[in-house]
Amino acid sequence: MKKTGAEIFVECLKKEGVKHIFGYPGGVVLNIFDALFDDKDLKLILTRHEQGAVHAADGYARASGKVGVALVTSGPGATNTVTGIATASMDSIPLVVFSGQVPTLLIGNDAFQEADIVGITRPCTKYNYLVKDVNDLARVVKEAFHIASTGRPGPVLIDLPKDVTSGITDFVWPEHVKIRSYNPTYEGNKWMIKHAAHEIAKAKKPVIMAGGGVILSGASKELKELAELTKIPVTMTLMGLGGFPGTHTLSLGMLGMHGTYYSNMAVQDADLLIGIGVRFDDRVTGKVATFASHAKIIHIDIDPTSIRKNIRVDIPIVGDVKTVLKDMLKVLKEETKEPWDAVRKSWLKQISSWKQERPLRYTYNENVIKPQFVVEKLYEITKGDAIITTEVGQNQMWAAQFYKYDKPRTFLSSGGLGTMGYGFPAAIGAQLACPDKTVIDIAGDGSIQMNIQELATAVIDKLPVKVAILNNQYLGMVRQWQELFFKERYSYSHLDVVPDFVKVAEAYGAAGLRATKPSEVEPVIKEALKIKNKPVFMDFIVDWKEKVYPMVPAGASINEMLFEEEKKTEKRLKAVK
Amino acid sequence: MRHTISVLVENKFGVLSRVSGLFSGRGFNIESLSVGETIDPAVSLMTIVTSGDDQIIEQITKQLNKLIDVIKVVDFMEVDHVEREMVLIKVAPRKEDRIEVLKLAEIFRGRIIDSGSTAYTIETTGDEGKINAFIELIKPFGIKEFVRTGKVAIAREKVKKK
Ligand SMILES: Cc1ncc(C[n+]2csc(CCOP(=O)(O)OP(=O)(O)O)c2C)c(N)n1
Ligand SMILES: [Mg+2]
Repeated sequence: MKKTGAEIFVECLKKEGVKHIFGYPGGVVLNIFDALFDDKDLKLILTRHEQGAVHAADGYARASGKVGVALVTSGPGATNTVTGIATASMDSIPLVVFSGQVPTLLIGNDAFQEADIVGITRPCTKYNYLVKDVNDLARVVKEAFHIASTGRPGPVLIDLPKDVTSGITDFVWPEHVKIRSYNPTYEGNKWMIKHAAHEIAKAKKPVIMAGGGVILSGASKELKELAELTKIPVTMTLMGLGGFPGTHTLSLGMLGMHGTYYSNMAVQDADLLIGIGVRFDDRVTGKVATFASHAKIIHIDIDPTSIRKNIRVDIPIVGDVKTVLKDMLKVLKEETKEPWDAVRKSWLKQISSWKQERPLRYTYNENVIKPQFVVEKLYEITKGDAIITTEVGQNQMWAAQFYKYDKPRTFLSSGGLGTMGYGFPAAIGAQLACPDKTVIDIAGDGSIQMNIQELATAVIDKLPVKVAILNNQYLGMVRQWQELFFKERYSYSHLDVVPDFVKVAEAYGAAGLRATKPSEVEPVIKEALKIKNKPVFMDFIVDWKEKVYPMVPAGASINEMLFEEEKKTEKRLKAVK
Repeated sequence: MRHTISVLVENKFGVLSRVSGLFSGRGFNIESLSVGETIDPAVSLMTIVTSGDDQIIEQITKQLNKLIDVIKVVDFMEVDHVEREMVLIKVAPRKEDRIEVLKLAEIFRGRIIDSGSTAYTIETTGDEGKINAFIELIKPFGIKEFVRTGKVAIAREKVKKK
C-alpha cells in the first residue's frame, strides 16, 4: 500500500514497539507531527527544549532497557540535541534521534534552518544517516534500531529531509537486517575464559570491578552468582551502581575519585582485578601507572577498543558480559573445586577491617541540614525502592555514596559526559517507562536550572517526579575544588541569585516544599511521596561548606585519598605530590 | 613506528569523513591517505600511512574496525606486501641542465608527460625511498612544484617453493 514518508515513519516505530516519543515540532517535521496527531498507539511527549527531549528518551531507555526515541526539527532543533546525544554516547545508551532536514534540493544552500546535523553528530553517535530517498526510509529505521541496541549500544541519528517525509511509496518493512560490516562479538574466546577462570581460582586477593556493561547486558544475576560462588568482593564504577546489590556483604560500593576507602584500598592491594563491562575511565583509575599495580587484570567487554585503551590487560575477553559470565561460571563449576570460603577468609577479613577503619561518613549537625543526611533519609524512607536520577556535581556523588542500589536500572546518571541538566528530564523519561515507581532526581541548585523548563512537561503529563534539590547556593563541586586546590578563591562559583524553587514549582503548577532544618527533612520527603499527580520540588537548604569525601586529587593514585576528618588537607596534599 | 594500513569501506558518502574524523578526534596522525574504488564498485579502499607505538596502532586498527562502514582493516606491517607511490614533478632547468634532468628521469624510470617552453613535468612511481631520492636529486635543477599521491599497498602473492 502507498504511504507517505511520514506515515511510514509512524508504521516503522510501531513495528519497533515504540510507545513514547519525546519531541518538539518545527517547520520541516510538520508532516510527521500531522501523521502523529490522531494516532492512538504512539504518544509524543512534548518537552520544553530539545535537550530535554533527548535526556528524557535517554532516561526512558536506561530505566526500561528499550531504545529511547526523540523527534526534533531541523537547524536549532537538531543542534539542541547534541548535548543529549553526546551524553548517551559516552554512557552507551541506545537512542534513535530523528531530526528534520530542509528538502534535499536545498541541502548545502544554507537554507533557512539548515544545519549539517549529520556532520555535527558524527563523532558523538554510534552511526547516523541522511535519508535521501523515501524508498530507503523503512530499511534505515530498521537498521538504526538494530545498531542502537546491539553490540555496545549507543545513539543513532536519522536526518529526514522534508521531501522524504512527504514523498510517497509502498511501505515494505524489512524483517531482517543485514549489515556486512557490522558484526559485534557476543561469545568470548573459550580458551581465554578458561584461563580467566583458573586465574580466579589461583588468586589470593581478587576484586571484581563492575561497570555499566553489566547493566546494559542484563548480567546482574550472573555477576551475583560469580561473586557469591567465588567469594570475590565487588566494587562498582558510577555506571555500574545497581549492577550488583549495594547492600550485599560482598559489595564495596563505588571506586575511584570519590569511591569508598575500602574499594580503593582493595583494588590497590589486589592480586587479580576482574573488570567487567568497564572502560577504565580516568575518574576510576586515578594515576594509571600505579593503578592496581600488583594485580593481574582480566578485562571483559563487548567493545574491543575498550581493551588496552587506558590500562594494561593480562587476559582480554571480548564479548557480551552476560554470555561470557555464563561460560565462565560453567568452567568454574566444572573445573575448579576450590574451598572458596577457606581460600577467601583472610582477604575478606582484610576487606572488612578496611570497611570498619573508614566507612563512608559525614558529621551530623542538628542545626543545619547536611546534604548526605538528605540522601540517607531518601534511602530510608523509600526503603531503597526508587529510581534515582542525578544531576552533576556534589549532588551526584552523594547520591552515589549514600543511597544503596540493589537493582539494575535504578541509578541513572550522566557518568561519561557529566552533563548538568541531565537528571530532571531523565527522571521524566524514567517515570513514563515505569509509571508505578517512585522516581527521584537528586539535584543541585545549579544543575536543576539547566533544564528547569521541563517542569511544564511533567505537570502536563501528571508525572509525579520528585526533585530533591541539595541547595547550597553554590556550584558546589567547583567550589570544593577551589577550596582544596585554588586557595579558597571562589571564582564565579557562587550562584548569587538562586530562585525560590518552591515558587518556581508552584508557578508551573507543580508542588513545592522546603526544609531548612534537619528536623524538617523527613516530613518534607514523606509529604512529597504522597503527591501522585504532579511533580514536586523539595528545596533542601543545606550546609554549603560540605565537601564530598573521600577524594582522590586529580592525577593521584586512588589510595591517596583525602578524608573529611583530616582538616589539614593542604599538608596531606603536599604528601600526595 | 610507521604503518601502512588499508581499510576496506562501504562506498557511501560521509565515510571518508568518518575515517578522517576518527584520526583527528582521537589525536592519531595521518601521514598520507589515498582512496579509490575497488573491483566491487560498492566498496572503496583507503590506504593510510600513520605512525605510533604498538598501543596506538592497536587502538587505530580497533577503532577503524569499530566504524560501522568499515569492512576490513589490514595492517601491512604484519603482511608481506609491495607499496608504490606516484609523484608528478614540474621542473624548470636551465638550458644547459636539460640533458642532465632527462638522464636522471631515465635512471628513475620517469616519463615526461608534459612540456612547455621552459618546464617539464616528470612522472615516476616507486616506493617512498625512491621517490624521496628522485626529488632530492632533481631539486638543484629548480623544482617549480610537485604532487605525491600517497602510498598504495597490496599483499604479495605466495611463491610456491619447488
Ligand atoms: C553542562 C555542564 N556545565 C558545566 C559543568 C561543570 N560542573 C561540574 S559540577 C558543577 C557544579 C554543579 O553545581 P550544582 O548543580 O549546584 O551541584 P553541587 O555541586 O552544588 O551539588 C559544574 C559547573 C558540567 N558538569 N556540566
Ligand atoms: Mg549547588
